[in-house]
Amino acid sequence: MTSVAEKSRAGTAETPPPGVARRTSAWARRAPLMPALIFMIVVTQLPFVATLVISFMDWNAYYPDERGFAGFDNFVRVFTDVNMRDAVWTTILLTAGVVLISLILGLGIALLLDRKFRGRGAVRTMMIAPFLVVPVAAALIWKHALYNPEYGLFNGALTWVWGLFGSDNPPQPDWISNMPLWAVIFSLVWQWTPFMMLILLAGLQGRPLDVIEAARIDGANNWQIFTSMTLPHLRQYLELGALLGSIYIVQNFDAVFTITSGGLGTANLPYTIYQIFYQAHDYGRASAAAVVVVLGTIIIATFALRTVSSLFRQEAGR
Amino acid sequence: MSVTTTGPVPATRDQRGEPVKKRRERGGAWLTLLAWVVGILFVLPVLWMVLTSFHSEADAATNPPSVFAPLTLEGYREFFSGGASPWPPLLNSLTASIVSTALVLVLAIPAAYALSIKPVQKWSDVLFFFLSTKMLPVVAGLLPLYLFAQNTGLLDNIWLLIVFYTSMNLPIAVWMMRSFLSEVPVEMLEAASMDGAGLIKTLRSVIAPVVTPGIAATALICFIFSWNELLFARVLTATVAETAPVFLTAFVTSQGLFLAQLCAAAFVVSLPVLVAGFAAQDKLVQGLSLGSVK
Repeated sequence: MTSVAEKSRAGTAETPPPGVARRTSAWARRAPLMPALIFMIVVTQLPFVATLVISFMDWNAYYPDERGFAGFDNFVRVFTDVNMRDAVWTTILLTAGVVLISLILGLGIALLLDRKFRGRGAVRTMMIAPFLVVPVAAALIWKHALYNPEYGLFNGALTWVWGLFGSDNPPQPDWISNMPLWAVIFSLVWQWTPFMMLILLAGLQGRPLDVIEAARIDGANNWQIFTSMTLPHLRQYLELGALLGSIYIVQNFDAVFTITSGGLGTANLPYTIYQIFYQAHDYGRASAAAVVVVLGTIIIATFALRTVSSLFRQEAGR
Repeated sequence: MSVTTTGPVPATRDQRGEPVKKRRERGGAWLTLLAWVVGILFVLPVLWMVLTSFHSEADAATNPPSVFAPLTLEGYREFFSGGASPWPPLLNSLTASIVSTALVLVLAIPAAYALSIKPVQKWSDVLFFFLSTKMLPVVAGLLPLYLFAQNTGLLDNIWLLIVFYTSMNLPIAVWMMRSFLSEVPVEMLEAASMDGAGLIKTLRSVIAPVVTPGIAATALICFIFSWNELLFARVLTATVAETAPVFLTAFVTSQGLFLAQLCAAAFVVSLPVLVAGFAAQDKLVQGLSLGSVK
């Protein structure tokens, strides 16, 4: 993911200028980088190596005497476990649902905010607010203050609207029990739409306006300008939003943990691994599941990165 | 509209001129209204949280909602002095967020310098290594860190969280700071070295003025991410080092009882993030997109 703004510089800065004492200067250059690099390797890579080792071990905290080498047993259990397979499916649905819906909503709202109108700053500020509520707090608010079947805001609003038309028999659905996965998805869409909107708005504002003006003078209508100029220009921003959104939402724990506690078919992979580890104390199986998740993520991330970077190369070559 | 229409030419100008403009204006009014409605819908749950937090428990739990019920601080009183005090978790969150953010900046700024202003060889590989650690699902490192903490007596110790939060935010900060540092014009750096300015002087008079807002934005975003984190805090802390999000999870099973208190708690815990986020509003996109969107 070469940065959008940086691509022009990327080619020129790759090789440092030939210095006099090249070797010492190379180390002088590296010195400021080293603390951060070593810190990251120690704190993020070593634990993963440990996870890899434990994934081949028979290790359950409840049976400490039976610790030993297990070969691929844990992986076999992970792949044959129905819960794990459900969790994979739930993770895909949850991530794809949240990313797609919030991208489409974010695009619409970014287009609305790309015009000059009274109170544009105020609307933008209001739009950002959902993203700035602590995720657990947001999930709690959705669960108890909005979805609650007896006095949540949603059913309260239904009562009120039905009351306006003189009906005292409004529908009062139990949102979380009736559609648990959608309940989680909606709360996350609410939190992530502002993120997508901000990225796409930045993209819209980087559009070359003179070209659009020229097209308009040539008689292109709004729809033609949108499909043949705005969308192609936004493509890299859409992909960036989808990529970053997926990375964050695949790992979501807070909303699943809070709204449904992983029940009713909403347990995604992070929640399931948390459960195997925290409640079943099956360290070997939890590690094997984590390794599988990492491998899956690497495949998806490489694929996504390749799409994005090939897009940049294609643009540069044009 | 013109009274002196004599031929088809002014008539077409009429059609293409004023009415179109007027129609566009009317359409514009609708779009403005739509933008306002959407904005209000999105902010509504936040406003509802704040309003409910100032209602009494009886008024908070009515159907239809009692919007104009009298305001009270009951919910806040219950939250702060009703049961377990929220102050230790809030202070823990503050410590973990501020110390880890400071550590992140100390590590990230020199690293970003070595990746932009005086780049090392293969700097883009290093940059992508940092990004790749962000794609590693955090659950993958959870168990070893837990076992490590258990064996070294660091469980329920805020320092373990600080180290973890530093590693969680370091890649973001390196990417952000690199994007801010590469905004420093090359000509200015060259001019400074021609004038014989040393490293310290260059840093202070050329680089600092350009990147100080960037450092502030980076710090605010790292603060937000640390403050929000739940999974690791829940697994690695207990009664002593518990953070504010973990404290909030006590409300998960409340079945919607004590709604006013819950809203007060959610609002108090979210307040630092709301303040930090609105302060960093202009740099928020750049930060969240790791510096790739300006």
